Amino acid sequence: MTMIFGVPMAVFMGQLTLGLVNGAFYALLSLGLAVIFGLLKIVNFAHGAQYMLGAFAALLGFRYLGINYWLALILVPLVVGAFGVLLERFLLRRIAHLDHLYGLLLTFGLALIFEGTLVNFFGVSGARYATPEILQGGLNLGFMFLPTYRAWVLVAALAMCLFTWFMIERTRLGAYLRAGTENSQLMQAFGVNVPLLITLTYGFGVGLAAFAGVLAAPLYPVSPTMGSSLLIVVFAVVVIGGMGSILGAIITGLSMGIIEGLTKVYYPEASNTVIFLVMILVLMLRPVGLFGKEA
Amino acid sequence: MAESQSMAAPSAVLERQKRAKFRRNMFYLALIVMGLVAPFLAYPVFLMKVLCFALFACAFNLLLGYAGLLSFGHAAFLATGGYVTGYLLASYPGLTPELGIIAGTVLATLLGVVFGVLSIRRQGIYFAMVTLAIAQLVYFMFVQAPFTGGEDGLHGVPRGELFGFISLSSNLAMYYFVFAIFIFGFALIQRTVHSPFGQVLKAIRENEPRAVSLGYNTDAYKLVAFVISAGLAGLAGSTKTVVFQLASLTDAHWHMSGEVILMTLLGGVGTLLGPLMGAGIVVSLQHILAQSPLGNWVSVILGIIFVVCVLSFRSGIIGELDKMYRKNFK
Repeated sequence: MTMIFGVPMAVFMGQLTLGLVNGAFYALLSLGLAVIFGLLKIVNFAHGAQYMLGAFAALLGFRYLGINYWLALILVPLVVGAFGVLLERFLLRRIAHLDHLYGLLLTFGLALIFEGTLVNFFGVSGARYATPEILQGGLNLGFMFLPTYRAWVLVAALAMCLFTWFMIERTRLGAYLRAGTENSQLMQAFGVNVPLLITLTYGFGVGLAAFAGVLAAPLYPVSPTMGSSLLIVVFAVVVIGGMGSILGAIITGLSMGIIEGLTKVYYPEASNTVIFLVMILVLMLRPVGLFGKEA
Repeated sequence: MAESQSMAAPSAVLERQKRAKFRRNMFYLALIVMGLVAPFLAYPVFLMKVLCFALFACAFNLLLGYAGLLSFGHAAFLATGGYVTGYLLASYPGLTPELGIIAGTVLATLLGVVFGVLSIRRQGIYFAMVTLAIAQLVYFMFVQAPFTGGEDGLHGVPRGELFGFISLSSNLAMYYFVFAIFIFGFALIQRTVHSPFGQVLKAIRENEPRAVSLGYNTDAYKLVAFVISAGLAGLAGSTKTVVFQLASLTDAHWHMSGEVILMTLLGGVGTLLGPLMGAGIVVSLQHILAQSPLGNWVSVILGIIFVVCVLSFRSGIIGELDKMYRKNFK
């Protein structure tokens, strides 16, 4: 059997895939955070909870309404995103003129509410969401066994990242968004409905989190606390990459996933801390982040 | 306006400042007296819990309220103080509690130096995320470290004898020891805030570029504030471990970092008494809710208080009272 640095090839590749899949989630979530931060200037602490809501919506939609996975993949981000629109319109907008730290605190409070409520109804143990039949099983690539669902997650997450990139960089709406990020007051003076733009942007960011949640549902146990610990890692990823560029978020997310996966192979004890250690290293060497702009 | 008055009648201003200082001292005296009689009116263990969390919140407030830095990782200091003290007292029976507490505080302070050096490289929202992430790193270290007892935590930490001859096994003796520690911490913070150092911190909070242009090394000031805050948070954790004779992962979890923010916000950010008030309310609330049918909803209720505070009660209780007082009596 082929060995890579003393580890069987199949194990190595398996962990690499696992790391890439985790990285895809980091990328997707940090992308949503960056989109929201760009225009609203707040860090959406409820992002993890909204990801969790996405997974739960898929689970409950299947259980009670018979909505299948594919439909959920489209419907759930829309529904949870609409919920995000309401949150922005009725809560976040009221503190938009204040110090942006208040936005962090408000969304933290929201995260506690969502998480706590679902813990009361569903406990913390987590439920299973069945993998859609067509994506069950896997491919034998000769040197490794690739579970179809993981491959699909990777493709879907990257496609969604590309779609976001396209929306922001290549469409008129995206041009408004970029301009608003630079100077929203000037935008408003040009007659663009900036408050509406802000609301839609927040809704879109939340929708991205929910999309990630649906993708994650067949992969991890669906539990109310699935988002919060993930979110802290995503924060570290955001600090490492900086929230400056979309491509930066994708590259940082994927590479952190890979680093985490490889740590699991070679030094498992550090696998859940390695990203934080990388963050500390980056802070020491390049405080603005790998893709951040100098202030 | 104050300037023109001081030019006209400096003695009158001095007189007024003196009166204000006298009033403040009387107020603190009254608080101390209240603290001294409190254990005869309420359950001492409950009061000790309030005092420990109040010290924790006061330490946090020094950073948020006076330096404008929102740390989302203060649980790490509380837990470090707690674990170090707990481990030392449980493993070395000869060690007196005050030495254990000092050791815990010192280590939390050192951890504060590390945290501070790393996190003040980034500002604002990034500062919050960096502190949260490093605190999570510390949390995982405590989960895996051999001396913390993992998920179970440390139990049966002896209270021991203060200075080697005052037994702390009675709750009353313990209470007065905790009260003394709280007064020490509170006085240190009060002193820091009203010192020239504290004034510079406020200047940094209000306008950092201006403080820089005036020649202040703002990063050094922020670091010192961070380290003091971390040390006092560690002191709170160490004391808490001696009181409850246990140290657990709950103290290191990010929920705890959120709780201390809530206590400070609810009581009043940047007020000296706010954190004390906030800690009192949050601890009482948890205590009451735990015995009611709403026991499982604590986290949701705290979240709702968070949202309400941010939306419409940003000065906190003490802050709002202060505003009312100023409006009506000045």
